[in-house]
Amino acid sequence: MLNLKIEREPAPLWLRLLIPVIAVVVTFALVSVLILWAGASPFDAVYQLLIHPLTRTSARADILMMATPILLTGVAVAVAFVCGYYNIGAEGQLYAGAIFAAWVGVNAEGLPPVVAIGLMLIAGFLAGMIWALLPALLKSWLSVDEVVTTLLLNSVMLFIVSALLNGPWRDPVSGWPQSPTIALNAQFPVLIARSRVHLGFIIAVVSALSVWWMLARTRFGLELRAIGKNREAAQFLGIPVRRRVLTAALISGGIAGLAGVGEVGGIHYYLIGSLSPGFGYTGIIVATLGALTMPGVMLSALFLALINRGAISANRELDVPVYLSDVIQAALLLVTLAVLLLNRYRIRWGR
Amino acid sequence: MMDSILVLIGAMLRIATPILFGAMGETLIERAGVLNLGIEGTMLLAAFNGFVAAQLTGSLWIGLLAGALTGVLLCLLMGGLSVTLGLNQHVSGLGITLLASGIALFAFRILYGGATTPPALADSFQPLNPFPNTILTPVFEQHWLTYAALLSVPLVTWLLNRTTFGLRLRSVGENPEAADTAGINVYRMRYQALILGGALMGIGGAFLSLAQLGAFAHGIINGRGWVAIAVVIFGNWQPNRVLAGALLFSGVQALQLRLQAAGVALPYELLLALPYVLVIAAIALVGRNISVPAALLKPYRREG
Amino acid sequence: MPPIIEMRGITKRFGALTANDGIDFSIEPGEIHALLGENGAGKSTLMKILYGLYQPDSGDVRINGQPVRLTSPAEAIANGIGFVSQHFALVPKFTVAENVVLGHEGSRTLHPTAMSTRVMETAASLRLLIDVNAVVGRLSVGEQQRVEILKALYRDCKVLIMDEPTAVLAPGDIAALFDILRVLQGRGMAVIIITHKLDEVFAISQRVTVLRLGKVVGEVRTQDSTPAALAQMMVGRQTVAVARNSDHRRQDAVKLDVRDLRLTDRRGGLRLRGLSLEVRGGEIVGVAGVAGNGQSELVSVLTGMAAPDSGSVTVGGAPLPFRDPKAVSRLKVARIPEDRLKGVIGDLSVQDNLMLESVEGFTRMGHLDRARIRANAEALIRAFQIKAAPTDLARTLSGGNIQKIILARSLGHAPEVVIAAQPTRGLDIGATEYVHQKLLEQKERGAAILLISEDLEEILLLSDRIVVIYEGRIAGTFAAQDARIDQIGALMTGAHPHA
Repeated sequence: MLNLKIEREPAPLWLRLLIPVIAVVVTFALVSVLILWAGASPFDAVYQLLIHPLTRTSARADILMMATPILLTGVAVAVAFVCGYYNIGAEGQLYAGAIFAAWVGVNAEGLPPVVAIGLMLIAGFLAGMIWALLPALLKSWLSVDEVVTTLLLNSVMLFIVSALLNGPWRDPVSGWPQSPTIALNAQFPVLIARSRVHLGFIIAVVSALSVWWMLARTRFGLELRAIGKNREAAQFLGIPVRRRVLTAALISGGIAGLAGVGEVGGIHYYLIGSLSPGFGYTGIIVATLGALTMPGVMLSALFLALINRGAISANRELDVPVYLSDVIQAALLLVTLAVLLLNRYRIRWGR
Repeated sequence: MMDSILVLIGAMLRIATPILFGAMGETLIERAGVLNLGIEGTMLLAAFNGFVAAQLTGSLWIGLLAGALTGVLLCLLMGGLSVTLGLNQHVSGLGITLLASGIALFAFRILYGGATTPPALADSFQPLNPFPNTILTPVFEQHWLTYAALLSVPLVTWLLNRTTFGLRLRSVGENPEAADTAGINVYRMRYQALILGGALMGIGGAFLSLAQLGAFAHGIINGRGWVAIAVVIFGNWQPNRVLAGALLFSGVQALQLRLQAAGVALPYELLLALPYVLVIAAIALVGRNISVPAALLKPYRREG
Repeated sequence: MPPIIEMRGITKRFGALTANDGIDFSIEPGEIHALLGENGAGKSTLMKILYGLYQPDSGDVRINGQPVRLTSPAEAIANGIGFVSQHFALVPKFTVAENVVLGHEGSRTLHPTAMSTRVMETAASLRLLIDVNAVVGRLSVGEQQRVEILKALYRDCKVLIMDEPTAVLAPGDIAALFDILRVLQGRGMAVIIITHKLDEVFAISQRVTVLRLGKVVGEVRTQDSTPAALAQMMVGRQTVAVARNSDHRRQDAVKLDVRDLRLTDRRGGLRLRGLSLEVRGGEIVGVAGVAGNGQSELVSVLTGMAAPDSGSVTVGGAPLPFRDPKAVSRLKVARIPEDRLKGVIGDLSVQDNLMLESVEGFTRMGHLDRARIRANAEALIRAFQIKAAPTDLARTLSGGNIQKIILARSLGHAPEVVIAAQPTRGLDIGATEYVHQKLLEQKERGAAILLISEDLEEILLLSDRIVVIYEGRIAGTFAAQDARIDQIGALMTGAHPHA
């Protein structure tokens, strides 16, 4: 009878601006239990986590370095989520990119750096796409739920990496399970002297800006948003839904692959099994906190990187385990989702 | 030959145990309409809490209880987010996995510092051996929890299909509007499913730290939660078929261990990956699934 | 006899809309009481309040003289109230017996045979023919409705509410339903039928309460009233329509030619059984019929959302591709979907919604031309009097304005053929007239218009020709000037199949 119920009236602007603040405050209030348990004062910890890293040049650089992979995985996840494709496989796609990048890098001896690095990026993007292809095809051909397939392929990828590092790629010199070091000319240039901020950061920002432009200004991006908002209507309007979703899934995989390239080319210079401490999953947090918009994703990647760097400070100064940052990030995700409801269900409450 | 097959079966049952607990818990929860991707972290934190409780009290039973309680609490959190608040189940579940894993690792560091060797229990659950020194020993020499896991399958089947509770649980997973009009409290049913399922998941996690390993390590769950979700889909949400999926998975895993022990020159990691690939293939073959609970992933809101 | 149910001064608001405004309603045991009114009059809201699904903002409910507060269906059921909604509350994967006992199992464990037997006994005592072990998802709509009635009776209901029970039924099932209701009445049960069909009121009810715009406008004994009097009450004074199609002279070439469509649904049911029709330029052809006789499937095929098993459609001589919405709109077919929320993307802006269907005209090498998108939106907003800014989100608009977006998008580019499915469903009178006027303008332009509507009044008002759809094919055709309602009604209800 009532065809349209406006149950989601936009909240007033001040409330919308306040939502991230409320979420952060609530999260830290919850987490302070753990901080107290670790024997530290929550106030000191907040200082170490949020303020201290900003006061020192080297720590500020670290933040950019740490933001690099999670910005890329965040962008990757957002591209997929925007059209309603739940790519949980950024972790595996990241490693796929890392493998190809390491292979190109190791064999790049003698190439000019531009070519070597360019080839690594292309190879990494392709590898991420390839690893994203199977679940994307299964989704578009057979409507197989992508969440489970991408999730399982993450485990498969870890086995592949391990097989490579314990088999053909075991470092012949040290015998460690790590690949040979990539050629010097394939190593990413450092952007800020005496820091580990590398070319990957620029690539991450460019990726985010390109995706921003794509979503806002191109037909493809508009169609992706249309599909994500209302799949049936998108179909009715003549948008080739399956093809678009497939393309978005592949782009998502490719960008996640770039995150792997950055870690190999800019940080480690070889492939190791512990290359990513879950950057792919952090990407889901980054994308969700950023409300799947690129400015939001960039901000949340920087914020999470700040917390990661802050956790190191807190560990050093207060002896709080660094895993605190994992707890904060996950709690922040859940709290933000819950607090966002303030935005959505205003009418209900008013009645 | 016969020997090695029996050894293989024994290993298969052992490996299947935590997956089976997790999968039965997940089956109950999904049949009520909630996909709980929090299972991986839930099992990890349950393994940890169970271990700590057992070590502090010296009682394995209290450890087991702590594991089960951890599962219940985390599933209640899942309920709060996805049932009460109606948030996206994928993101809520993943968030819980990340949160629970973070807490487990954080607490581990506080309690055990930077220990490099995993702390072990002085005394863990020991396997039963009903047929000592016979050919059947390798099959039946199992933890009682393994027997319990196997028993949980007919139990869950019975609960779902032969009790009022099960009928109502299935109804809220299929058509919550219909359940509501029939006077069933959809939210309460979903919470009850989460509580039961959470306890099973928790026991599955605690099995690893209290029985199989008698110790705790970071990688103790190592994707078993995801596998549990996969075998639920593989098994079409039917407990018996979920059992088949879990046995298939752990059978391949056991075979891989045997081959590795026998020194077969194959990268063992690829064999480890094989069951995952098989499950993906099986899910793909099952394809668009009509047995999926119709209301899975859909938060329930009474209109008006 | 004292009333078994008495509702007094019921008021219920949804935001700015007052769905029920001080309504009084009562029913006695052994009575069949019709609750009559147009769409949006507040009938369903009132009954959902009685069933505990909604809470009234004010007013009270008495059962056998005792005041009660019904805050959930469970309480309503406990008070002997049963509700059969238009959208059946059944679990498709459950058997009939499981659906019936759900919520009232009577024991902690289930005993399938005992359960079936009990349900079977209840069914037999009411002469309800049904296989209690059948899976509900495989039953016909009429059978599913019987399961719903059985459910209510199994719960010992004394008052049965039926929400537009005939809307989804085939004619044979309607007669059977009425037989069942009379049996129930004979046992002293009170039955409330929500309807907007006058013939049903006279066929089955003893008393009728008429609602209009949330208020009671009359309560009479059916035998003391006449259809004309009730119709007057139901629609008020605004029966004189402004827009009316009275010029039936034009005879252009055939622009839409539908030949022998056959379509099987996923469950294997034949939904279209060799349906053929044609529409000429400058002509409105109205498709009349009871819901569920193949209208939705016809619309799906014509709008590019489904492919038939066999048959063909040509537009201006060119074959219409199936399951290719883009190609359909490229053939200058304007599409007004049945469910407007599946035609508009609420979380996108008005200007995006106005261009998405023809997005290729607004891009340069994949890049959106913002200026042209904006200009297009501003022009269409002006031409179709849409009350919104180009950048407003579509979901913040009223139903009428959302429908205007669809009209603007599809009619704004000189279509050859218009497929208008339920174009005024749920709209207020002003918006309805606007839609009618726009369709008539297209007719004047020379477009071929196929109007599919459950609202017979609307079809009579606008059509040059009326075709009646029944069980997936056209059962008869009438020219507007010699269309007779009784004949159309007979065909709609299958009285003269294959005529």
